[in-house]
Amino acid sequence: MLEMVLTTGVVHLTIGNLVMWLIAFLFIYLAITKNYEPLLLVPIGFGILVVNLPLTFLMQEGEGLLWKFYHYGLEWEVIPPLIFLGLGAMTDFGPMIANPKTLILGAGAQFGVYVAFFGALILGFQIPEACSIGIIGGADGPTTIYTTVHLAPHLLGATAVAAYSYMSLVPIIQPPIMRLLTTDKERKIKMRQLRPVSKKEKILFPLVTVLVICLIVPASAPLMALFMLGNLFKECGVVKRLSDTAANELMNIVTILLGISVGATMSAEAFLRPQVIFVFIMGLVAFAFSTAAGILLAKFMNLFFKEKVNPLIGSAGVSAVPMAARVSQIMGAKYDPKNFLLMHAMGPNVAGVIGTVVAAGVFIALAG
Amino acid sequence: MSDVTAPMAGKVIDVKVNVGDTVNEDDDLIILEAMKMEMPIVAPASGTVKEIKCKKGDSVGADDVLVVIE
Repeated sequence: MLEMVLTTGVVHLTIGNLVMWLIAFLFIYLAITKNYEPLLLVPIGFGILVVNLPLTFLMQEGEGLLWKFYHYGLEWEVIPPLIFLGLGAMTDFGPMIANPKTLILGAGAQFGVYVAFFGALILGFQIPEACSIGIIGGADGPTTIYTTVHLAPHLLGATAVAAYSYMSLVPIIQPPIMRLLTTDKERKIKMRQLRPVSKKEKILFPLVTVLVICLIVPASAPLMALFMLGNLFKECGVVKRLSDTAANELMNIVTILLGISVGATMSAEAFLRPQVIFVFIMGLVAFAFSTAAGILLAKFMNLFFKEKVNPLIGSAGVSAVPMAARVSQIMGAKYDPKNFLLMHAMGPNVAGVIGTVVAAGVFIALAG
Repeated sequence: MSDVTAPMAGKVIDVKVNVGDTVNEDDDLIILEAMKMEMPIVAPASGTVKEIKCKKGDSVGADDVLVVIE
């Protein structure tokens, strides 16, 4: 009888497992009731729950089912690039092509990445760990995962959850920073309607971008190549089936595998460490500095450009697409309901995705 | 006369006024959806709705005239 009881997971449960269950339930609750990143938090929460069931060995190396998802999906670097393929097929670079100045905002909003990198070094993290923590400031989940798997896989659960948490909290984190750094007059700046972008420009964009960026930062190639391939699928107009598959079915499949694999890395012994708290703190610092840098850069650009940029679109340089652009729109409309910043903010927003991938490529090349 | 145009391409998900209605500046005229976000298109000035050039469910392009106010 005693032997039979010992074969059950019940007697092997630890306090840590129970704490992780609570975290799992919290994620699932937030996803269902608050709609916080539900496509990710539901599978991540479930992954956390099942990996903290003793004796299931779901993450046992070479054996466990979730280990196989993690190993072949993330460690083999298959899933994040496939997510980027889907993102590319869903992204309209038109606003950025129409107003290339916004590329500067997308690049500037990566400032927080480097602030958090140095902050993490000061807190005693190793260089590869600091890179993985810093990249949270880009507000780009797949890039954060890709970088962390490369450089500091033991931090994967923490950095991924921090990145997705802060992305879902964009509407809460960004507005106070936007208000603090802008004047009433600046918030009401109206920007000229964007010019129409031709099909030829949209087709050339992914081709030119992949050549330029992968030549300059070759380590960004896996993400950048598939990002631009997805975009070429979308814009070329002759492979609608591929574009639809990349943006829908394939994206959904890899999202399931990504979510459950990330959740599965969050066993009690891996996650419940003081280090993780610092990851979350530095992630928030990164996010805040990226937001602020985008806004301040827009203000700086206004010193030189005749056509003024509303600084509220600078915060959209963090790559949480399209949430950050929506926040710019909401903030702008709050101060002038006749001001429409959404499409203007999409420029830095999509440029931010490229900026974060480049930052990740630089980190991987230097610290990998 | 003043034309109220779409600030961006999107889908009309609600028309809040009828021809002949009196509107004040900043009153909602149309609710436009773009990037999965609903945005009110407001009256640029007080006046009377002379013409409505779109209906619920229409897809509109940037700069398309949605409402004419007199």
